[in-house]
Amino acid sequence: MSGAEVDRLVTMANQIARFFESQPGDGAARATADHLNSFWAPTMREQLSEHAAAGGSGLSALVAAAVPLLRPARTDAPG
Amino acid sequence: MPLIKEADSGTPPSAATEVVSLTIDGQTVMAPAGTSVMRAASMMGTAIPKLCATDSLQAFGSCRLCLVEIDGRAGTPASCTTPIADGMVVRTQTPKLAKLRKGVMELYISDHPLDCLTCAANGDCELQDMAGAVGLREVRYGYDGANHLCAEADESNPYFTFDPSKCIVCSRCVRACDEVQGTFALTIEGRGFASQVSASQSQPFMESECVSCGACVQACPTAALTETAIIDIGQPEHSVVTTCAYCGVGCTFKAEMRGEQLVRMVPYKDGKANRGHSCVKGRFAWGYATHRERILNPMIRRAVTDPWREVTWSEAIAYAASEFTRIQAAHGRNSVGGITSSRCTNEETFLVQKLVRAGFGNNNVDTCARVCHSPTGYGLKATFGTSAGTQDFDSVEHSDVIMVIGANPTDGHPVFASRMKQRLRQGARLIVIDPRRIDLVRTPHVQADHHLPLRPGTNVAVLNALAHVIVTEGLVDEAFVRERCDWEEFQDWAEAVAAPANSPEASEAFTGVPPETVRQAARLYATGGAAAIYYGLGVTEHSQGTTAVIAIANLAMATGNLGKLGAGVNPLRGQNNVQGACDMGSFPHELSGYRHVSDDDARGVFEALWDVELDAEPGLRIPNMLDAAVQGAFKGLYIQGEDILQSDPNTTHVAAGLAAMECVVVQDLFLNETANYAHVFLPGSTFLEKDGTFTNAERRIQRVRKVMSPRNGFGDWEITQMLSNALGFTMSYSHPSEIMDEIASLTPTFAGVSFAKLDEEGSVQWPCNAAAPLGTPVMHLDGFVRGKGRFMLTEYVATDEKVGPRFPLLLTTGRVLSQYNVGAQTRRTANVAWHNEDLLEIHPEDAEQRGVRDGDWVSLKSRAGETSLRATVTERVAPGVVYTTFHFPQTQANVVTTEYSDWATNCPEYKVTAVEVALSNGTTDWQTRYQAHTRRSRRIAQPEPAE
Ligand code: SF4
Ligand code: SF4
Ligand code: SF4
Ligand code: FES
Repeated sequence: MSGAEVDRLVTMANQIARFFESQPGDGAARATADHLNSFWAPTMREQLSEHAAAGGSGLSALVAAAVPLLRPARTDAPG
Repeated sequence: MPLIKEADSGTPPSAATEVVSLTIDGQTVMAPAGTSVMRAASMMGTAIPKLCATDSLQAFGSCRLCLVEIDGRAGTPASCTTPIADGMVVRTQTPKLAKLRKGVMELYISDHPLDCLTCAANGDCELQDMAGAVGLREVRYGYDGANHLCAEADESNPYFTFDPSKCIVCSRCVRACDEVQGTFALTIEGRGFASQVSASQSQPFMESECVSCGACVQACPTAALTETAIIDIGQPEHSVVTTCAYCGVGCTFKAEMRGEQLVRMVPYKDGKANRGHSCVKGRFAWGYATHRERILNPMIRRAVTDPWREVTWSEAIAYAASEFTRIQAAHGRNSVGGITSSRCTNEETFLVQKLVRAGFGNNNVDTCARVCHSPTGYGLKATFGTSAGTQDFDSVEHSDVIMVIGANPTDGHPVFASRMKQRLRQGARLIVIDPRRIDLVRTPHVQADHHLPLRPGTNVAVLNALAHVIVTEGLVDEAFVRERCDWEEFQDWAEAVAAPANSPEASEAFTGVPPETVRQAARLYATGGAAAIYYGLGVTEHSQGTTAVIAIANLAMATGNLGKLGAGVNPLRGQNNVQGACDMGSFPHELSGYRHVSDDDARGVFEALWDVELDAEPGLRIPNMLDAAVQGAFKGLYIQGEDILQSDPNTTHVAAGLAAMECVVVQDLFLNETANYAHVFLPGSTFLEKDGTFTNAERRIQRVRKVMSPRNGFGDWEITQMLSNALGFTMSYSHPSEIMDEIASLTPTFAGVSFAKLDEEGSVQWPCNAAAPLGTPVMHLDGFVRGKGRFMLTEYVATDEKVGPRFPLLLTTGRVLSQYNVGAQTRRTANVAWHNEDLLEIHPEDAEQRGVRDGDWVSLKSRAGETSLRATVTERVAPGVVYTTFHFPQTQANVVTTEYSDWATNCPEYKVTAVEVALSNGTTDWQTRYQAHTRRSRRIAQPEPAE
């Protein structure tokens, strides 16, 4: 994955986290992860996790907190 | 069906509930108070002769043909202007009346060319009919007196002709333009014999304020205003009722035909969205269907640098299928996907997503709603529980306050705008929130009470400021909130918006809106009676598009403006079937009826019926597909009826994505811009050539009916079916009604929908099921679909797209009345007479600083790219803001838009791009290169001559 593509994922993830950060309560990491699980294809979630594992440069603290809550791709999908 | 002649009761219906009883020609009639004698007579089947009256217009009483005798009343009152009264006794036919009517007709006929046999209106002329009805046999005045027979016809409008020699000065056209359309372009000039119809200041129609809606033509009882097609072709012989394929209003039309030739489209009075009105696009701009550039044979090519080669349908389909199969074998199941079209029918859209989910075996399906109203779906579902607007269009007739945000209805949704303007002329108050001074801000007899000309990108800040005023000034409808919404969530929200940072005074610095204007608008919205919000892409196409939709929903809940007539939250959808395309499961995470693909129960129902296992993970959205293509992981795309290269942001990036794919299949009417990067071209069909349904902005499902055979050979649903079969996933529908039956069986909100029901009822609004067998005009009446309405916080976050020294201006984009979306259809009609290039609107101050004069070529540059176009200097835009449309591929306004997008849905931020404008000498290098590339990509190889 090139730098430009990583940057885009980082921007999008940070934007999402920014919305949930502003919501009341302490569920922002969970809500961010839920959003990513619901709307991002598994490959994009994997790329985000890999980027986080590699230091996660540019990721907001909330995205970093949400990454461990990302669901691995379901394995019951048709092969 | 035979030619439909709609009944004309002469005057509009009365809304009164009180019923009055009277006697007409010896028969007792009951009718609502306020009904005219003419209309009451028509209710019992008696047609009183008339010329100046028609039931789409208020009675005027000028022709004196409709006279009647009423017991106890002196003289012979006009039945069109006389309201009925209890116990009234009316006679419509007496010797005295017959004589008076003949006299009236003699006067008309003495100044009318008697060329009925060669007149275009022969057989469809009320003057002719009335001559027969009154038994006219002679004209005592002769024909030699002063007359208007030599008056010259005005043929300036490409679609209709005004022939003053045939005008009887009934003023129906003038009143239609005023009352129905609301443009006030026509007047009757002069008095007595010298009086005549005049457009604006005695100008030709094309130079006047006329917007070519056709209402005057429809209202004209003679051949004075006639469609040019009727003059050229002749009178139609049968008609078919169908739905306009342009915008989300969804106007119903009678397609009037001669055999398989379309003669004219006439708006249908029974159409529940348009109530007999139309705009220039649906009424007149259908000539693209037979345009010479339409592609009718399938074509393929190995590489996009090769010329196209025409092949048989079976070869094209087999090639596309083998390519998709090859790509999936080599690069994995997820390396291909599809895009459904908001211009195609529900049935066609459903089939494309079915092909992707079941045939390709992944969820990589998306639709062009991604780039327009995806935030509406997310925002309204989160707050109310349904991804749709809350009202029907009729609801606007009950609004006391109308707030228009980021929409330009007179251009984008013209027929609904006319209805809105009718209500505004009746006294409803208007708030406009838009960076531009759109027409609605000030138009004849309509003036916005408040215009909030905000800086592009600050919608959420302005909405929060409105909320701040409503909360801090105690204007919340607490009873509604306590009963209908989650009270704790409301309190969190109220506390947040009440913070001083959200006050209009604090946000003025970046919104640019004077605080007092915000305060007054908030007070009016909260306390002015039933208040409705109508919004468009100016709300959604931002990095905070979804947040703005949520903020709008919050405002409506806080003020109790939901679940009742005249109120609500109403997205104005762009394309005709945006709502339908979303309903049909076109998004990568949702099955039809907005059920998430990970919902095992919902997915299970599809799996059982389709006998295939479906992917439980969301697929890629359009921008994700393009990113993945650039990365080399996404290789094949099936695109039905979309032109993503022209319509999607950051053209260079889209082009790079498409160029990286190995098989791009484009199914369309024309070789569009995306087809420059395609390997297979499957010619599509127009809405005139197939059966199906469209769903408009008010959730109204309406029939599209085939009026002619598809020139390309197949409806689009048949083409998808062929492709699916070739991929090995069998589909065997013999008619689109069977597809709708399947949709109904799989989608709870559509359970009660069938072609038979639609043919019977005309249309229904979903949800349509056992609980609401005839559909649901207004939603959330007794409670929200999700249970309690949900307030969510909407913190304003400035977009990352910022002006600076290099790019000091903000570009925002939109569209014009005469053109539609990427213009593929409207550019191929006479509508180019109104708008034949994209222009850049720039404020005089900004223009002067740059030495730009009206009409100059300017370059428009952002960090994404550069294009050039001509400038128009105008105060419609504020200083610091420039505006253009994206209808013409020569301009490619999206070369300059960026990849920034809405946080929740990736809807692109079209409405805010930092740019610089400078004088230029014409097109940019990029444009020149692109045009050469287009010419090369569109070559079609000539077949080898036979030996
Ligand atoms: S076409 Fe429409 S806008 Fe033009 S004059 Fe007729 S009614 Fe008015
Ligand atoms: S143009 Fe037609 S509608 Fe208008 S005044 Fe003349 S006859 Fe009546
Ligand atoms: S308002 Fe929209 S649906 Fe109606 S005629 Fe115009 S384009 Fe067609
Ligand atoms: S129809 Fe009543 S006066 Fe013309």
